[in-house]
Amino acid sequence: MFVAILPAALLTQLPILQVAIPLLAAPVCVLFRRGRWAHDFSLLVTAIASIISVALLQFVFNGGVISYALGGFAPPWGIEYRIDSANAVILLLVSVSGFLALLQSRASIETEIPEQKHPLFYTAFLLCLTGLLGVAATGDAFNAFVFLEISSLATYALVAMGKSPRALTAAFRYLILGTIGASTFVIGVGLLYMATGTLNMSDLATRIPASPHHAVIQAAFALIIVGLGLKAAIFPLHLWLPNVYTFAPAVVTTFLAATATKVALYLLARFVFVIFEDASFAGTLLMPLALLAMFLASLAALQQGNVKRILAYSSIAQIGYMLFALALASTQAVAAAWLLILTHALAKGGLFMAVAGIALQTGSSNLDDWKGIAKQMPWSAAVMVVCFLSLVGVPLTAGFVAKWSLLSAIFSTSESIILAAVVAGVSLLTLLYAGKVLETVYLGTPDEQNATANLREAPLAMLLVALLVAAMNIYFGFNGTMLSDLSKRAALALLSGF
Amino acid sequence: MNVTELVMGGDAALFMSGMNAHLLDFLASGYNYWMAVVLMMIGFYITLTRSNLVKKIIGLNLFQTAMFLLYISIGNVANGTVPILTDKPGALYSNPLPHVLILTAIVVGIATTALGLALAVRIHEAYGTIEEDEILDAEAGDS
Repeated sequence: MFVAILPAALLTQLPILQVAIPLLAAPVCVLFRRGRWAHDFSLLVTAIASIISVALLQFVFNGGVISYALGGFAPPWGIEYRIDSANAVILLLVSVSGFLALLQSRASIETEIPEQKHPLFYTAFLLCLTGLLGVAATGDAFNAFVFLEISSLATYALVAMGKSPRALTAAFRYLILGTIGASTFVIGVGLLYMATGTLNMSDLATRIPASPHHAVIQAAFALIIVGLGLKAAIFPLHLWLPNVYTFAPAVVTTFLAATATKVALYLLARFVFVIFEDASFAGTLLMPLALLAMFLASLAALQQGNVKRILAYSSIAQIGYMLFALALASTQAVAAAWLLILTHALAKGGLFMAVAGIALQTGSSNLDDWKGIAKQMPWSAAVMVVCFLSLVGVPLTAGFVAKWSLLSAIFSTSESIILAAVVAGVSLLTLLYAGKVLETVYLGTPDEQNATANLREAPLAMLLVALLVAAMNIYFGFNGTMLSDLSKRAALALLSGF
Repeated sequence: MNVTELVMGGDAALFMSGMNAHLLDFLASGYNYWMAVVLMMIGFYITLTRSNLVKKIIGLNLFQTAMFLLYISIGNVANGTVPILTDKPGALYSNPLPHVLILTAIVVGIATTALGLALAVRIHEAYGTIEEDEILDAEAGDS
């Protein structure tokens, strides 16, 4: 629908506008004297980015691949932005998550971040968005590193704006690990250039199969997987994640949980399936890590007393699910991975939105302070119920569509019974920690000294957006064909190149 | 012909399959690559083992510098000159692309260092120390 409205000249520039608009808008935010204006402006920018991503997705869906030569220098010498079904979906996910996270969080930003820092906060937020969009859009390996670092540097600054001093140490640790990850990645890219003489991803994909067992290329493969593994918080490279999610401002956690690790995972999938075309290696290396992440992180989630921390460990486990699907490496399984990415963003985004609302009113994210809070905040609690059900993968929620598609992919492998049992077992663990939180929220009796009686429901704007996301979890549970179609196209784009 | 051979005039091929060459030749053939690896591991070790946050950042800088050295070595062409446009059309010159790339990476490195040091200052304001073990003690006391 958007494609028809936009003039043709503008349409051909969409891939660069997708990244350039938030990039150019970011420094403009500093000029606003009031945080409120910067907020409205950022909201407008993310809305435009979302519209562009919808137009791109529609274009790719009808017409295949868009190749955009930056500055008019033709690939493989110039930088190419290459939009196919796989990254068009990721672009949509990132820009819409950015829009909804900002739309939801005016109240929480105003309480968590000092007024004079608001314009800078939105600058960092838009830079983070730019980086993530850039990583998804680019078809150039070194350009991907630059955008990865733009998003990461902005993220470190955003995390450090959390209220608790522990946000600072979380950001510092993330900075150290994230920089090691990015450097490792870029060394891998350098070795690839050394061996092939190109940085363009499609060009790399045609040159590498000529010498797949060359020592330099194999070293590059290893370094790139470790680097992206750190960014994607793949077990055991996840150590930075729990504190970052727990102590960052609520809106940052919502946005990061829905997007950041997924973008790194997308890039990993692009390198494994398109550039190295070595799916069997991915299977043998990544499968055990994925299974360990699913089990150990779910068990760790059970032992946490802080709701944000429970959700953070749950994210590590769910990243395990996505990696598990990627490691199976069939078209069906990669489609399942894309479904998991989309539905996890919906479920975890909704959960962190509800948590932001409740934490804003109670002033705490410790589960002990949330006993019986459902009486005072029935709607926020209801959002949590729906999103937890979606996270577990209960039928009639979006999560079920993804988990079902993962199970069907598993049943077409040879070790289907064992793997299916493992997935079922981990879903049971998810149910346990979801149950623990919901039991406290609904059935807990508040400690006497806690004055929860006069707490009110979260601010209306926060609540409405959280309810919208919860409704999306249910809608895509009933009507999963759209998401499955998108994911199938994405998997085909990665595995067969169209 | 791949870039490895182009870059080191065949030395890199020796570097990669050094098993059949004399050990000294093997080490000398790619000494800048070896130095990059050694420097990288020193930086990595400092980052992981030092408790002082500023020292961690110094380690991180060493790690990144090693990466710069690696990229610059990749760009070198044996007997090549500076890649500047001259009257002589047939001049053999070094590959400028890795150098340009690493200029970007240096900028990223500076931004990371600046942000890391700024965080260290804020941590010092909040905890009164930049020793990681003391910070961990303070955090354990908090919760």
